[in-house]
Amino acid sequence: MDLLKYFRDSQPPKGSARVAKERLRILVERDRSGRNQNQPSYLPDLEREILAVIQKYVDVDPTDVIVHYEQEESQEILELNIILPEGASETGQVGGVP
Amino acid sequence: MAKIIVITSGKGGVGKTTTAASISMGLAQRGHRTVVIDFDVGLRNLDLIMGCERRVVYDFVHVINGEANLSQALIRDKRCDALYVLPASQTRDKEALTKEGVGKVLETLSQTYDYIVCDSPAGIEHGANMAMYYADDAIVVTNPEVSSVRDSDRMLGILASKSRRAENNEEPIREYLLLTRYVPERVQRGEMLSVEDVQEILSLELLGVIPESQAVLNASNSGIPVILDAESDAGQAYRDVVARYLGEDVPHRFLDTRKKGFLSRLLGS
Repeated sequence: MDLLKYFRDSQPPKGSARVAKERLRILVERDRSGRNQNQPSYLPDLEREILAVIQKYVDVDPTDVIVHYEQEESQEILELNIILPEGASETGQVGGVP
Repeated sequence: MAKIIVITSGKGGVGKTTTAASISMGLAQRGHRTVVIDFDVGLRNLDLIMGCERRVVYDFVHVINGEANLSQALIRDKRCDALYVLPASQTRDKEALTKEGVGKVLETLSQTYDYIVCDSPAGIEHGANMAMYYADDAIVVTNPEVSSVRDSDRMLGILASKSRRAENNEEPIREYLLLTRYVPERVQRGEMLSVEDVQEILSLELLGVIPESQAVLNASNSGIPVILDAESDAGQAYRDVVARYLGEDVPHRFLDTRKKGFLSRLLGS
């Protein structure tokens, strides 16, 4: 058994840490943009409506849509990040409806 | 003027008090006059970790209320002359710590001490806010675990917006990451967030990594700050942390798994 383990150990790690990091990255980004008081007041509504539109077509989790607003000296950046589930399937009859 | 350091985290049980005890002891051992203050009113524990719980007569709240003076409440550490402990009250209401009261005590201590270490309670309530409000530096204690990292990030937001430095538009609090309860073997197996992962998410300067260690429980059992256990990995890691905090260039240790030979791995020992 230990012989097997020796060879298994040399393979690239695939554990839950990778998932943890990805979840945290998204969460922290979200928390931080919520803290940013300079963001326009329409942002939460925008996020909700965009989410509603996307959910009409794809089965995404509410936490997987991130609207990020950033203000730099000469420009404002509105970043929209949607994480589609693996093997995203169409939920409605949208698209191919006769 | 003393430098005020807050030991904070947001989440409970990550090692704030252990860290406050060891860092204050480490600073004092290097000859810096140091006082460590327990801000956890109602749930005081620093006195237990420092091993002076039977010598508490007056506490922080007594001093704030003018019912005792500082020299009556401060407990001199028996192992190190340069170190004093200011215990929290066990019975009082948390609101007993007022911004003005805390400010006055810190100002008085500032005249005699080089370092004031504030051991913050968990959470983001009043006690935690009071512990960090006057800080110059913050050591954010984090475990390589999702809820701890998230809470640390929330605490960073509070440090950046609700401290005295932030309110007065002064230079912001200097923030450091201290990663505790680290298990390199689990990181290597991909089961635990690595130092790099946590640093990347929080983007903080790394002050040190304390490995998960039996020595920490042994130390708290006996009321001895783990930094005094010079043989132990955690004790040595805290020594490195203090040196690094004081500006010395000390390489990070205890990040890798112990190297195993081919044979011992094969035999699973």
